[in-house]
Parts: sequence; structure tokens; C-alpha cells
Amino acid sequence: MLKNMLKATVFATTLALSAGALSVPAFAEVVFNRGNSADPESLDPHKTSTVYEAHILRDLFEGLVMQDKDAEVIPGAAESWTVSDDGTVYTFKLRQGATWSDGSPVTAEDFVYSFRRLEDPATGAEYASMLYVVKNGEEVNTGKVKPEELGVKAVDANTFEVTLKAPTPYFLEMLTHQSTYPVNKAAIDKLGADWIKPGNLVSNGAFTLAEFIPNDHIKLVKNPKFHDAANVKLDAVNYFPTEDRSTAIKRFEAGELDSNDDIPTEQMADLKAKFGEQLRIGAYLGTYYYAIKTDKAPWDNVELRNAVSMAIDRDFLAEKVWQNSMIPGYSMVPPGVEGYTSALATFADKSQIDREDEAKKVLEKLGYGPDKPLKMEIRYNTSENHKNTAVAIQEQLKPLGIEVTLLNTDTKTHYGHLEQKGDFDVARAGWIADYKDPESFLGISRKASGNNYSNYDSPKFEEAMNKAAAAGGKPEERLKEMAAAERILIDDVGQIPLLYYSYKNLVSPKIKGFDENVMDVHPSRFVSKD
Amino acid sequence: MFLYVFRRLLTAIPTMFVIVTLAFFLIRVAPGGPFNQERGLSPEIKANLEAQFGLNDPIWLQYFNYLKNLLHGNFGPSYNLPDFTVTELFANGLPISVQLGLSALALALAVGTVLGIVAALNQNKLGDYSVIALATAGSTIPTFVIAPVIQLLFGLTWKLLPIGGWGDGAWINKIGPILTLSLPQIAIVARLMRGSMIESLRSNHIRTARALGLSDWSVVVKHALRGAVLPIVSYAGPAAAALLTGSIIVETIFAIPGIGRYFVDAALNRDYTLVMGTVVVIAIFTIAFNLIVDILYAFFDPRVRYD
Repeated sequence: MLKNMLKATVFATTLALSAGALSVPAFAEVVFNRGNSADPESLDPHKTSTVYEAHILRDLFEGLVMQDKDAEVIPGAAESWTVSDDGTVYTFKLRQGATWSDGSPVTAEDFVYSFRRLEDPATGAEYASMLYVVKNGEEVNTGKVKPEELGVKAVDANTFEVTLKAPTPYFLEMLTHQSTYPVNKAAIDKLGADWIKPGNLVSNGAFTLAEFIPNDHIKLVKNPKFHDAANVKLDAVNYFPTEDRSTAIKRFEAGELDSNDDIPTEQMADLKAKFGEQLRIGAYLGTYYYAIKTDKAPWDNVELRNAVSMAIDRDFLAEKVWQNSMIPGYSMVPPGVEGYTSALATFADKSQIDREDEAKKVLEKLGYGPDKPLKMEIRYNTSENHKNTAVAIQEQLKPLGIEVTLLNTDTKTHYGHLEQKGDFDVARAGWIADYKDPESFLGISRKASGNNYSNYDSPKFEEAMNKAAAAGGKPEERLKEMAAAERILIDDVGQIPLLYYSYKNLVSPKIKGFDENVMDVHPSRFVSKD
Repeated sequence: MFLYVFRRLLTAIPTMFVIVTLAFFLIRVAPGGPFNQERGLSPEIKANLEAQFGLNDPIWLQYFNYLKNLLHGNFGPSYNLPDFTVTELFANGLPISVQLGLSALALALAVGTVLGIVAALNQNKLGDYSVIALATAGSTIPTFVIAPVIQLLFGLTWKLLPIGGWGDGAWINKIGPILTLSLPQIAIVARLMRGSMIESLRSNHIRTARALGLSDWSVVVKHALRGAVLPIVSYAGPAAAALLTGSIIVETIFAIPGIGRYFVDAALNRDYTLVMGTVVVIAIFTIAFNLIVDILYAFFDPRVRYD
């Protein structure tokens, strides 16, 4: 019996171990093995929302405009465009002879179809709001009018016209977002939900989809039909989801990955020493902030909100908690938007000691003290760093007599609670730019925004934002109005900005063309590998 | 015997029904939903999304629709990975988890049984102590320590194995995960085997066998082992169900595309359909392996009969 059992198990083990021993990797082609923090939820541009999806979709599809390796807007499927004098009508001339990966031409009708599909409520697109600036965009998406009423038109096969609700100077920047990329109507009509599968997916970008094995890898291969295929140096790009950042680092070190888009920040010092130049850290358009319930006592008091914000030592958070992978932040709009000067909190130029003294005075004035401590609960979503941040703030506020309690919930519970306007004092949140414009960061504090967790409601702020929107045709004036709006928001402490994000890339010296920029955008079509 | 198996399979149906029903409602009690995330959605957009997946129907209708689809073998689309149906996700991941789990189980049973016998035959001697030490270490060092150590030693230092990835199923990519999965199991099997073997060797029928002058080999392998193997069989059933359905730790650390991670990820993402899928798969494996254990008992223990 034992002998048979042993034999059977040894046989089974040998069989299991030797399965697949015959697969031999190919060496001839240039393959970029790219670590990406997670698998995409979807490859359908209209159903995606995240940064890690954007990396892949930017390689697969080409929108009207695209970003170069410095994240500047460059012509994409449109080779040129004109804007009407009042700034509301954009006319795009599509590239002559551009085709989908199946050989059919990319036409203005494709963009009409795609824009309508993004807004069609039946699509259930998370980022439908990207085209709310288009005439009837919101109305279509909320089912008030038919998709055919959307302000888009195919003038002829190569001319696509978009009519906006109001002048929107950041419209071209918005068009770099993956949700505005075109999809192939013929393939969707024919294949239904299966159009997105490898082998079926028809796209118009520099690469096409070859394989998608969830939790393993996505393989893209060079699209020979792409208009700039002559300058695409890679034969294939493999995207590996690297949820376990420690493993990702080891895989990078062993040469299994050529790059990775994140690092375990707690190992920052070691990684810097070990990888030197290969570890690239820099300012990224994102803000880490605490929402504070502005319509609930005692937090409806601006002075009190300001005192709490002032007493938080942001330098400590950035250096000690985040190991310098974040930058101390005093405004909602992070630095990095050309022509825009962020409105910083007034205490930003004071020393931390002065800030604490001032905060203490305010608290005393408001009657808080040892007999009547101020109680505050910080809610945060599960993450080691969010926890450490909250604990550090708890310690920092203790000497001021503020009793901070912490409440940790998982991400879905956390945001479910905030969106349903549940009760809280202070809650952790973050915002990454969808497009390079202050509007992306200030819009979330508007009264009507679903992301206005603080319930910030200031007629003055709304007025300033409307004024900025009205100045749409004059970019400089508009940015000034934006800054004025941010000034109101910051002085009101409508949110408590704490830190600005940075990108954290590990890039092998073999990889060229993976240039650093505030949007952390690195299209594979500009990348080469020695 | 066949009647027994048939009866057991029949009783599995109401069990499954209760499990599915409980899971369906429990996951919906958890706060938040599949579409809550860092960037909030406007109520209109969220309503569009929910309509797409039928989440705006009354809960009883959703439940009956789910049951109806389930009976047709349709687990529905994953909410958070809408490019795939739950069935497709399992078709991709389950064979991988089963392959790794089965190999690890086989390795654990083979090595653990031998170690256990060696220890029992050398009770309170060096061989015994070494096995006990090994078993204690194996069952106390957690997999999230073993896995990175294997990666560091075999991957980075000696460059014998890849750090991670499935590599389209290359055998070399499987060694690390299989070793990590099997080490704690080897420890448990060895300990169980040692205990039951010592007991078996002391029993009357073994003493009789020895008195009859049978050879050591015959006594140990033909007589003692048959009685001693029963606890291993009882243990191996649930262990197999757990191993074959994947391990989130091993799969995450070694970047293996199995189904182990879905158990946790799906629940955290409130991916209702994927949660239900994993519950059904685990339930089926658990019920099946419990049945297999009971059948095996009849073969190993002459006192057990199913009529």
C-alpha cells in the first residue's frame, strides 16, 4: 500500500513539475517587461478610470490628441484642429489614411459613435463626466435626451466637430484621458461583450492586444498598421500586475521586469542605496488630503478647522511616515500646472512651532482645554501608510488637547460611507489629476460634486469658479480666477490638504524614452530597450 | 456503497442551497458596494452602472435571478473585471491552483508520511528529534516568511529559480510556490503520522504480528501503517479542499494567476458575483473531499461499512 501510494505521489509530482517544460521563450524580439501596479478592471476605454489602466490603453488606442513622453499634448488620430472664435466649436481634421488594426479606416463616424457610447447611460461609463463639457453631454448621460443629441458631428469622413457647452480651455487636455479614446463599432456590433477579448480587440494605437491572462500578464504587440509604426522601437510590451510591491522589487532586481511603477515606500532608504539612478522620484499631480465635515458642529467653525490644519506637521508626515515619497502640501492644486500659482494656506511660511502656538491660542479662545477636550475621529481606508499618517497626526494633536480616535475600514466601506454623506469628523481622501488643469482639483470641492465629501458649500467659492469658467476664452485670466477660487477654498479650510503625491518609478538603465513628467505618463511607443 | 454515495450527493443539494443563500445576503449586508471607490461617482453614473448589472432590481428578484442563472451554470459577469465572466476567471485560474495544490499535497503526503514513520520507528532518538524539530519549524514559520526567503535565496542569490510569475506554466516557475505550499503541510503530516504510527505499533494486533515472527518491514508496512494512515486520510480531505482552491499569500507573493486571491479580493471589492463564485467552488471542493475521505475510510478501516 505505502509503496503504491509513494509511487503514485512521486509520479503525480513529477508530472505536475514537468508540465510545460517544453515552452521555450523567444529571444529575438525586443520586449519591454513593464510592472504595473494592478491589472486593468477593463480594457474597454469607456469602462476604465484608473491610472494603471491608462498606461495600457494609451498603448492600445489613439484618441484625437495624445501625450508625448513629456506629457505634452500632441496630435493623435487628429492631425490638426481649429477652435471657433468663441471657443465652443472644435473642428478636428483626422489623419489621412489612418486605419484600425483590422485595416478599416478610422473615420469621424467612429468618434461620433465613441463619444455617444461614452455618454449613453446603457454603457454605464464611470468617466462619462469627462464629456459633460460637450453640449448635451450630461443630459444624454442622465437620460434626459437621446445620445443622437450629443454635440458631436461627422462633417465628412475626415472632419469631426465637437460643440461645447461653454469655452473650455482644458478640453484638449481632457481629450488625452483614455475615456475619450475611440472604439470600433463594427467589432462591438458583431461580437457584443466579447469584442474586448484578445484576438477580437480592434484598436488604433501603436500596439494591439495579443494576450490577457488575468493576474498574470497582458501582452501587447506592435501594430504594423499604426501611422508612426516606423518609429516604434519595441516589438512587444508585457504588462505584469505587481500587487505585491516587495516581489516586484525582487523581480526588477532579477531582471524579470524592466520597470515598475511603484515601490514599498517603507524601504525607501534601502532602495535608494541599492538602485541609485534607477529609482526615479518626482512631483506628480496628486493631492493627499483630509475631508472635514464643514456643515457639522464643531467643524462648521472656520477658525477651528484652521487650527487643526495648522497643528499638523506636514514635514514630519512627508519625511518620517512617507520616507520622502510625498511632499508637504498646503494647497489643493499641487505645483506643476504651467501658468498656475497655487493658493497656499496662510500659515505655510510659518515655523511649525509658531503654528502650534497659534493653534493652541485658537483652541483656548474657543473654550477647549483640559476640562473640555476637543474630540475628533479620523476615518481612513485600509493601508499601512494611511494608518501611520493618521497615527502620526493623532500624536501631533495630543499636546494641543485634541483627543483623536481612529477608525479604519476597507476601501469600499470607506468611500461608500463618504459618498452616502455618512457622519464623520475627518476622513482621508486623495485626488490624482485626470488632466493637467486646476479645475481637476478644485471641481471636487464644488457643492454639486459627488466628491465633495466635506460638504463644503460656499457661494463665494462657487461664484469664483463660475467666473473662472466664464473667462474660458482667456486662459491667463481664467487661471487667475481659478487661483482666486482656491484662495477662498483654502482660507475657508474646505478641505485639509496634507501632502502632494510623487511618482515612484524603478526603471532599468536599458530602457530609454521613459521620461519623467508630472502626469507620470510613459507611452510605450516612445520607449526603446538596449 | 453506491447508495451511500448517492445519498450523500443528494444531501449536498440542500447544503449548497443554504450556503449560496447565506452568502448571497451576507455579502450584501457588508457596507459599501462594488462601485464605491476613491473617486466618487455621481448618483446618475452610479445608477447607470447598477442598472447595467441589475443591481437596481429589488433584492428578492436579484436573488431569484441569481439562482436561475446558477442552475444554468451561469455565474454572471464579474462586476470589477467586466471583461470576464466569473466562469472565465475560474477557467483561467482554477487549473493553475489545482495543479499547484495537488503537487504540494502529493509532496506533503509523500515526504510527511516517510518522515513520520522514521520518527515513530526511532522514537526518542536523534531521528525522532530531528523530525519533530523540522515539523515544529515547518508549522510555525508562516508562508509569508517562507515565500520571500525562497525568492531571495533561490532567485536573487543563487539565480536558480525565477522570482515570480507563471511563465505560461514553465515547470521552473512552479517550484517555489509548490515548496512554499507544501512545507507547512509536510510538517503537519509528519506529526500526525508519527503520533498515529507510535500508537499503532503499540496495539495488540501488532504485538501479535511480531510474536508470530513476521519481519519488521511486513509488520510496519503491511499492518501498522494501515491503521496509522487513518488520521492522515481525515486530515488530507479538508487540506486538499483548501490547497486545491489556491492560497492568496502564495499566489500574491509569487505572482501566480490562480483563484486563491479572488477569495479575498472579491470580498474586499464587493464583487458580488465573484464572491458567490468562490463560495460555490469552495463548497463543492469541501463537500467532495469530505465524501472522498469517508469512502477512503471504508478501504482503510475494515470496521467502517456503508450500507
